[in-house]
Amino acid sequence: MATLGQVCHHIRSKNAGPFWVTIDLFFDGDENFKRYSESPVLGPELFQRLYGADPRLVKRYPVPKLQMVKISYARSNVQGGEVERDMHCGQQFARLLDVELDAKT
Amino acid sequence: MRIETKETFAGPIRILVPTGSLGAGAREDEIRYAMARGVHAIATDAGSTDSGAAYLALGISKNNRGSVKRDLKVLMKAASDARIPLIIGSAGQAGGDANVDWTRDIAIEVAAELGIKPRIAVLYSEIDKASLKARNAFGKVRALPPLGALDNASIDACDHIVAVMGAEPYIEALKAGAEIIIGGRTTDTAVIASYALWKGAPAGPAWHAAKVAECGGQCAVNRLASAGALISIDGDGFEVEPPSLENQCSPHSVSAHMLYENSNPFLLTEPGGTLDVTNADYAALDHRVVRVTGSVWKPDPYTMKLEGAGRGRYQTIMLIGIQDPDVLSRVDEFHDKMLALLYQRARDTVGPEAGDFHISLRMYGWNAVSGDKPPPGTPAPREIGVLFVATADTQEMATQIAKACNPYFFHFPIELDKELPSYGFAFSPADIERGPVYEFKLNHVVEVDDPLELVRTEWIDLTKQERA
Repeated sequence: MATLGQVCHHIRSKNAGPFWVTIDLFFDGDENFKRYSESPVLGPELFQRLYGADPRLVKRYPVPKLQMVKISYARSNVQGGEVERDMHCGQQFARLLDVELDAKT
Repeated sequence: MRIETKETFAGPIRILVPTGSLGAGAREDEIRYAMARGVHAIATDAGSTDSGAAYLALGISKNNRGSVKRDLKVLMKAASDARIPLIIGSAGQAGGDANVDWTRDIAIEVAAELGIKPRIAVLYSEIDKASLKARNAFGKVRALPPLGALDNASIDACDHIVAVMGAEPYIEALKAGAEIIIGGRTTDTAVIASYALWKGAPAGPAWHAAKVAECGGQCAVNRLASAGALISIDGDGFEVEPPSLENQCSPHSVSAHMLYENSNPFLLTEPGGTLDVTNADYAALDHRVVRVTGSVWKPDPYTMKLEGAGRGRYQTIMLIGIQDPDVLSRVDEFHDKMLALLYQRARDTVGPEAGDFHISLRMYGWNAVSGDKPPPGTPAPREIGVLFVATADTQEMATQIAKACNPYFFHFPIELDKELPSYGFAFSPADIERGPVYEFKLNHVVEVDDPLELVRTEWIDLTKQERA
């Protein structure tokens, strides 16, 4: 059972302006990219469950040249608001590390 | 005025981006390297929305005055010696009028110290509330997701609102003979692309080169080894290299930078068009220079993004450290019980005047960043820091709530049959008034007929020792 953290050599998250978060999944090798980049596990529901994102505002862009997938979602809390815990969203990637890719959605 | 590629573009145009942000530390050795290569302009942005709304709401810089002055001195001297323009955008972090004036005053001070008298164009793009309401009523403002249609309440909630400029005001200033441009809020790319666009460079490569270089050395292989980036834009594409022989750009480092902080890896929306790099090709010219071709610019109806920041409610914070093993073996239970008690304490002692207050406890060393309860069986931490955050309508009330909670925050026992513990305060006084919360209130664009209609340009002619 592979986790996202095992099949990517680098996963990062960052704010993209005050209202969006963008996550970059750099897959470890072409085989992992081909096998997992289109995985239904990485659909909008995952980002709804992990981050409270509106599934209609989850966007996914595979970049085959870089063997990576970019996924961007609208923040559920405005940057810097009363309950802010991660101003630049740079730690948000951590919740993705243990996501199991071969599991049924 | 619209940007058009001249039929006779002499090219190439070389631009030095000395640092990712004015005040972050331009390096003199890199500037010497770039100058020896022959540079037509120095361009850098000085800000971003990245660090939150406070800088726009308050009109203050994020970078320290001394650091900004130091970078300005190095860059103004280099530009003056080489007789090339120095172009700065998003001055003072947020690019509001106060941020711009702060930067302008430092530049005037530096000019006097260097004994130079450059012609300075100052570009402002702050927009007043009445004018924005009128444009909104006229149907000229469009929402960007996730926000909805703009209403007057959102406009009134802002302390400052800026319209994000494109390249045109910079091009106009260059045409009019500006030696230094200090611009308000502008897209990073427009600041860097403006000179090449003025000289008739093809728009696709000019905008793409600017995007690659906007964070300075971040497009290099060793992202910490270089402060700046050197771009060279020609008729078919552009080249990028670090301004230092010790560092390299690779096709991967350059193409990967397009991903950074962008929600879309292929498209970048700018005032008046979209940069499309879907079919861009990145090739190594040698071990440290990358050539990029295939970047496309697609003109769109001209819009300017609006950024508006305002203050919310006020916060007072306290911090303790805990090493008591009785607490550390039951952090979640401790959190839940203490939080309930603090709410009760605030309601009992402050009463209804406390209003709709909010208390949050962040357990650093356990789950402060996520707020999620760790799974059962997670080993106890060695120690934790507990951040108390009270939010209320006024600073006084937030502090009154914090002071009311202080004894319970300090001594709350997890074991009721033992004597009261005392947790480790780091400061005295224990409570810290943090001021208001600042938020961006707008995520909208405004349509304009002319890229300059929301921009005010002022000229400073130091030869006359007064502002023209």
